[in-house]
Amino acid sequence: MTRSAEDSQASMPDSADPVSMTSGEQGSLRLVSRATHIKELALKNLFLLCAFVAVMGVVLIFAFVGLRGWPIFAEVGPIAFLGGADWSPTVGQYGIWPLIYGSLVVMSGALVIGTPLAVGTAIFLSEIATPRVRGIVRPAVELLAGIPSVIYGFFGLLILRPIVARLSDGLGFGAVTGWLILAIMIVPTIATLSEDALRSIPDGIREASYAMGATTWQTIYRVLVPAAKIGIIDAIILGMGRAIGETMAVLMVVGNAPHIPDSVTEPIATLTTQIVMDMPYAAGMHRTALFGMAIILFGVSMGLVALVRLLSKLQSSMDAGR
Amino acid sequence: MSTDTFSHLSQAADERPDKITVKDLSFHYGDFQALTDINVGISSKAVTAFIGPSGCGKSTFLRCFNRMNDLIPGTRVDGLVTLDDQDIYAPGVDPVDLRRRVGMIFQQPNPFPMSIYDNVAYGPRLHGVKRKAELDEIVERSLERANLWKEVKDILGRNGLSLSGGQQQRLCIARVLAVEPEVMLMDEPCSAIDPTSVQKIEDLMAELTDRITIIIVTHNMQQAARVSEYTAFFLQEVAGEPAVLVEFDRTTNIFTSPKDRRTEDYITGRFG
Repeated sequence: MTRSAEDSQASMPDSADPVSMTSGEQGSLRLVSRATHIKELALKNLFLLCAFVAVMGVVLIFAFVGLRGWPIFAEVGPIAFLGGADWSPTVGQYGIWPLIYGSLVVMSGALVIGTPLAVGTAIFLSEIATPRVRGIVRPAVELLAGIPSVIYGFFGLLILRPIVARLSDGLGFGAVTGWLILAIMIVPTIATLSEDALRSIPDGIREASYAMGATTWQTIYRVLVPAAKIGIIDAIILGMGRAIGETMAVLMVVGNAPHIPDSVTEPIATLTTQIVMDMPYAAGMHRTALFGMAIILFGVSMGLVALVRLLSKLQSSMDAGR
Repeated sequence: MSTDTFSHLSQAADERPDKITVKDLSFHYGDFQALTDINVGISSKAVTAFIGPSGCGKSTFLRCFNRMNDLIPGTRVDGLVTLDDQDIYAPGVDPVDLRRRVGMIFQQPNPFPMSIYDNVAYGPRLHGVKRKAELDEIVERSLERANLWKEVKDILGRNGLSLSGGQQQRLCIARVLAVEPEVMLMDEPCSAIDPTSVQKIEDLMAELTDRITIIIVTHNMQQAARVSEYTAFFLQEVAGEPAVLVEFDRTTNIFTSPKDRRTEDYITGRFG
């Protein structure tokens, strides 16, 4: 018999069953009814099940992708697969370096353009905009996140590509067009998370800075941005994840040529776009190579999430005062 | 009532020149008038306390002296506030420069989330001091004046937030002292910290008046009696109506022989 049951029995010598409802004498505590007990237990398990399904999803996808893609590392070898410069699956050349290169180039350019835009938006929303203006701009920024990526693709294809084509004397399919479209797509992720980080700084900090004779600009760049630094870096990392994983919009504007181009305005391909292009017809080792690429993408996302978690830990230990 | 106030004002002002004078000040938050018809002179290099029940506008009034109310949209100040006979609300006056001369300490200690050193160096850096040796000296001198140097001299690189509440408040005082202000406004500086630290801050205030004019808002009447030379009692008699300055006099007079019945009622704890 457990100790709590003993205790309740000691205080209620008349009650034989501690879980049953008891009217009791005046002054004694009522015990938990059996119905409540069962309901609580059922709900607890229901929520546990929900969480379990989500976790199982991740585990199953990981296992599936891992098992299907593993042979490419075993048979072609990690060096030839990751470092090979020739992606010609029809003739048995499975080097995905041009695709990794493409993903990195497209992502970096998008971050270089998108980050200042997004952090600037966040600073505007949190420090400069009046509540009314913020009430309009913030939902508009959030709406950007809700637009299906194929629409971004259309926009890129029909509006941005011709402009890039005219400026570069080419067709406009290439990394530059991808940068522009991805830069807009990552703005909501980075802007909203950075704004949250800025707004979580206590107002006392702002007041202290103004009371020291700082201007708004000095307060922003000397106190607020440094204070929100880790939150903003988190936001950028998540934006990175969005940029490297984005497929549809990129597919529509980068030209999809799996080789390393001479110029950023020439066609290029990324890991995600190549998977989509090849998956419908790929078979055998070609198909395995696509799963191998998926393992790389999976690894990158996991790495980014791990980085964010590490930084959050760093932040909370800093908040606790070193 | 207001002529009465004036007679005490001139009486108090006999002894030292006024650092700050306020004439016919009223203050609005949008349509709501928070303060009306305030006239007061703040003696140079002394501690002046503002007391009164919660919501009587003492903090609002305090924030008129460094124009912190400017940051709240929809506020309006009428009347005259002068610092060394200069109108601080005159067109063209730079609130940024004003706030360097009139520093402020808040109820909640609010060090920046950066090192102790950088906290103290913040103001000097804002105003263009770059040389390391000069900053080092200012940091040491300011922490010394805030009676914090001994406790932190070996941990200057540590985050200011890692200090205890009382130490944080003295760090904030050091941060203000680093820009050599002429006036220090203290908005209930001791209500969020432990009693031992309160003692330290009260001692510090007495030391600082060798060079600085201090105005402190406090809920604690014993504190006002202990630290201040002059006391102003504010009261909002009817909710929704603006608050007034009921009585302003030497602290000893306020606490031993108040002229106004309402002051006496408040001092003796009949309300508030």
